[in-house]
Amino acid sequence: MSETHSFTVGYVRHEMQGPLPPPVAESGAVKWMRENLFSSWLNAILTVVSLFVIWWVLSHTLPWMLAGVWSASSLTDCRNILAERGYSSGACWAVITERWPQLIFGFYPSELYWRPILAFVLLIGAVAPVLYTSLPRKMLWFSLIYPLIAYYLLWGGSVWTPVMLAVGFSLVGMGGTLASNKSGFFFGVLIAILIFLLMFFDPLSALLNVMGGIAGLFSADSVRLSPMIGSLALRDLFPLMPTLSDLLGSIAPIGLESVTSREIGGFLLALVIGLSAIVFSMPLGILLALGRQSDLFIINKVCVTFIEVIRGIPLIVWLFTASTLLNYFLPPGTTFDLILRVIIMVTFFAAAYIAEVIRGGLAALPKGQYEGADSLGLDYWQSMRLIILPQALKISIPGIVNTFIGLFKDTVLVVFIGLLDPIGFINLIRATVEWNGIYWELYIFVGLCFFLFCFFMSRYSQYLERKLRTDHR
Amino acid sequence: MKKSVFFGVLTAAGLVAGASAAATLDDVKARGTLNCGVTTGLTGFAAPDANGEWQGFDVAVCRAVAAAILSDPTAVEFVPTTGQTRFTALAAGEIDMLARNTTWTFSRDTDLKFDFTGINYYDGQGFIVPSALGVSSAKELDGATICIQTGTTTELNLADYFRTNNISYEPVPIETNAEGQQQYLAGACDAYTTDASGLAATRASFENPGDHIILPEIISKEPLGPLVRHGDSEWGDIVRWTLNALIAAEELGITSANVAEMSSAPGDNPEINRLLGTEGDLGAMIGLDAEWAKRAIMAEGNYGEIFEKNIGETTPIGLARGLNAQWQDGGLLYAPPFR
Repeated sequence: MSETHSFTVGYVRHEMQGPLPPPVAESGAVKWMRENLFSSWLNAILTVVSLFVIWWVLSHTLPWMLAGVWSASSLTDCRNILAERGYSSGACWAVITERWPQLIFGFYPSELYWRPILAFVLLIGAVAPVLYTSLPRKMLWFSLIYPLIAYYLLWGGSVWTPVMLAVGFSLVGMGGTLASNKSGFFFGVLIAILIFLLMFFDPLSALLNVMGGIAGLFSADSVRLSPMIGSLALRDLFPLMPTLSDLLGSIAPIGLESVTSREIGGFLLALVIGLSAIVFSMPLGILLALGRQSDLFIINKVCVTFIEVIRGIPLIVWLFTASTLLNYFLPPGTTFDLILRVIIMVTFFAAAYIAEVIRGGLAALPKGQYEGADSLGLDYWQSMRLIILPQALKISIPGIVNTFIGLFKDTVLVVFIGLLDPIGFINLIRATVEWNGIYWELYIFVGLCFFLFCFFMSRYSQYLERKLRTDHR
Repeated sequence: MKKSVFFGVLTAAGLVAGASAAATLDDVKARGTLNCGVTTGLTGFAAPDANGEWQGFDVAVCRAVAAAILSDPTAVEFVPTTGQTRFTALAAGEIDMLARNTTWTFSRDTDLKFDFTGINYYDGQGFIVPSALGVSSAKELDGATICIQTGTTTELNLADYFRTNNISYEPVPIETNAEGQQQYLAGACDAYTTDASGLAATRASFENPGDHIILPEIISKEPLGPLVRHGDSEWGDIVRWTLNALIAAEELGITSANVAEMSSAPGDNPEINRLLGTEGDLGAMIGLDAEWAKRAIMAEGNYGEIFEKNIGETTPIGLARGLNAQWQDGGLLYAPPFR
């Protein structure tokens, strides 16, 4: 045998031959294109048409954008510069370089720009522990007090106002928790509401007014009653927290230069309205969704009415209500800040939508989850907090983020009630003699900024969905 | 029963509102600033510059009033109002006066319960056409397509005008002036119609203004002026006579340059003396000091100066005085005597 073999050895390879490269059509870019762009006749035609459309759009816009002028004092000046350079048309980005502070900050005093910027930087610190659970839980305390810090930084004024607000709210929270630990949840809520009224309102004189009014219906004697109680000198103390903060302000006048709401505009305004509405509508929406599921008749009907009425009427109507109608109903002379009114309306509007999105999540949970929670002996709030809501909220994430993105973009509607958001400033800038007639540049800039914010929200929601995925699909 | 309680509360609220509105001057003095309603941007009339300072023809009226009352032309809080919010803002007391190119009409003066305190600009509806169209009069526009803002008085004026002249047109409805400019430039319509001052501003923004002409016909009356709430005549008087002081100052040759000199001592002209407070006490009659008019004129100059600076022929808008000239020059400006 070995003899035979020695004859054939000249024809046998001792090592494997290296693999040939795959055919050109089956590898690399060509394969990818074959599979993805030209897999069939229809696909090929669509690819060619799409490429043509992209080329057509870019060939019309790119030269215009790239030929843009970045420094000029007016539109006419801009056009002259373009003509000198030999372009027939080009973007006039100079309007952005000149006016971007107004588009971002509105009329906010330029020497105080550090305050909104600092508020924004702190916002990242406040939002991070909420968004990313890997961060230490103690940072959540900072998130909790952040709204007061942001308020103080943006509007300024005496430092004691936010401090007293913080003190008041923590008293409400502590009193409520203590009472609910002792005698049940319902009692705790009652105590919390009572403390809240004592802290921020004037319950004594309100009570007196009501008493006087009721008594006045029956006899004239009661007129003597009210000054008697009024002379207790307690009345001057209420409302407690504002009085205290005034007092502290006169003893130690610490504070920042105050900025009025009229001076806040541009993206700062859109962010203030959008973010406050997002932050406040989330808890309100959860409560409304639970209330709508509730068996308690009154709570159920109140929640259903609130959701249906708020959601059934266009946002622009609510904004007009906030800006014009409320003026007629409020007592004259009450200066109820327009931005605050708008934030409240937008919050209510968003909360109604969030409530319905979360109700969808609650309805998607199998009944066994509720029964399982009950069988563990958890009370209502424990079962909601530990079992139901974590699952329901996870299901609802895409819907919630969808609502938030819509809400943030809807803030531009405030332009119709005369607030100066980015779109309002576009109108103002286009009305100046220098920039009258400019169009695309401003809208492109504002559109791009909005896109960045919304794109971030969308990416974050996708990250959250991936992270919270527990099923094995 | 419930209904009557509700309306009772409403009436009470209305009464209180009426009572508090009676002392606007005191409110303004106590506040230290004048809340003045302006547009959310109209070229030449009101717009903020790069530093956030409001500029314009209507803005100047606010500044003059603020200077007369508070001795400081910058003590004005400008409140941008839209066509929808302007009247409620004024009625609810959010603003003390409205200087927002608002046409003085019967129903606004009576039914809406406002007082127009004069006319600071006589406007009227006109047409702009490309010169290539070869049209020199609005009456030659038979069968033309015309861009028109919907829901405005201009729409009704246009229908009236074409019916009276027995010619036809095809309307192209648009929403805003900005959209109108774009549509007209894109050739969606043969002509664009709006207030003549707006047409001039629009034309000034075109790349080649020479290719477009504004037709000579003015087909409507649009007297624009500042207004205040009904029921506080003292406050209305102050706004009315501040505007009159600016107009009279031009007639009497008082400018921002020479007002300081002319008011330092009584001169030969008794009316100038009375206006500038060097003689008599006109200021006290409206609850202000003697130098109120001097300060109003110093703020932005007399009417003519304000006109030239913001919308006049030296600006890109380039409006001629026309109806807005003094009465001796063939215009309609005629300030009552300061006596």
